[in-house]
Amino acid sequence: MELANIFIKAIFIENMIFAYFLGMCSYLAVSKTVKTAIGLGAAVIFVLVVTIPINYLLENYVLKEGALAWLGSDFAEIDLSFLSFIMFIAVIASMVQLVEMIVEKFSPALYGALGIFLPLIAVNCSILGGALFMQERAYTTIIEASVFGLGSGIGWFLAIVGIAAIREKVRYSQIPAALRGLGITFIITGLMGIAFMSFMGIKI
Amino acid sequence: MSTETTVKEDIVVKKPREVLFSKKNRRLLSDPLDDNNPITVQVLGICSALAITVQVKPAFVMAVSVFFVMAFGNVIISLLRNLIPSRIRIIVQLVVVASLVILVDQFLRAFVYDVSKELSVFVGLIITNCIIMGRFEAFALANTPWRSFLDGIGNAAGYAWVLIAVAIIREFLGAGTIGGIQLIPQVAYDFGYVNNGLMLLSPMALITVGIIIWIQRARNTKLIED
Repeated sequence: MELANIFIKAIFIENMIFAYFLGMCSYLAVSKTVKTAIGLGAAVIFVLVVTIPINYLLENYVLKEGALAWLGSDFAEIDLSFLSFIMFIAVIASMVQLVEMIVEKFSPALYGALGIFLPLIAVNCSILGGALFMQERAYTTIIEASVFGLGSGIGWFLAIVGIAAIREKVRYSQIPAALRGLGITFIITGLMGIAFMSFMGIKI
Repeated sequence: MSTETTVKEDIVVKKPREVLFSKKNRRLLSDPLDDNNPITVQVLGICSALAITVQVKPAFVMAVSVFFVMAFGNVIISLLRNLIPSRIRIIVQLVVVASLVILVDQFLRAFVYDVSKELSVFVGLIITNCIIMGRFEAFALANTPWRSFLDGIGNAAGYAWVLIAVAIIREFLGAGTIGGIQLIPQVAYDFGYVNNGLMLLSPMALITVGIIIWIQRARNTKLIED
């Protein structure tokens, strides 16, 4: 039950895009067509599912205060949490490199379509943001953390595919010249965010 | 991330004895404020710009932190630019930013703890703030330290003004205060004025930025996309 709660919460109530604006840069840049949006969304889900459990283990067995106790009582006092930014980003950057190589090998078409944006998943705020929220909320088991990662990824996926579909339609609308492109995308995202707010307060 | 900018910046060969604030260098400072604004034109660094603009104070602290990271990160990358093998440059850049951000984070925790709590994960997210990586890639890797420093300051200023403008609009309409100072008098409330609570919720940040972009492009027609 607890797991379902975390999962639903991560997708709808605390959606990475609409509640925290994480990963906005690639969200705005890659959402011109549904096809590339699906590719990037899937890559984000994958990277989140892989990195959050690794970062969870790192946090609980290396970085947190007292986390090194398994090495012996001499280490029980050590608090390395100030290193967490650099450790998390190192894990993320190397995992992204791995995903990039896998995609290049197995789906050259997708690789071509995602182009420059694949390496940029490393600097996609939602990935590091996921790791930092995981740290801040102190999930008790690794399964909870992984479910949170999967949920956040799916939430991000839904958001980018949604906006891409809307942008494909909007292209044929009459929009004031100055608002075309970026401006209208911001406003649509805001309206989608208001719609997502209706999920607030739902408890399972 | 915007790809256009990476193409636009050309490698500038430094002439001997260039004046510190030559015309070209001054453009580095002024361009990002309007024509090449990181948020409204290059579309970089949106994540943090929106999430922490409920009040002016955290927005201001965030802007100062970005100034610091941006300026010194650009200088460090520029100094190292001939030593970094291009295959691993992303990791090197991340390490440089992460170290600077750790400094900022520890500093904020020591001196302004309440703001640091309020910003929560967003201080850490300066690492993945696309403006910083974007400027490293587009500018610092190809330019001298002094020019990179100016570019860093210019872009951070372009980021800061949008951030603070959004924060002022949201805080004023949402809570009737700016920087915690009550601006709408009690009399107005007595006559039935009500703060617009919607402005404090996250979606309104997007709409506010959308409107800022609209105003900017209406004034500056060469920025219009088709």
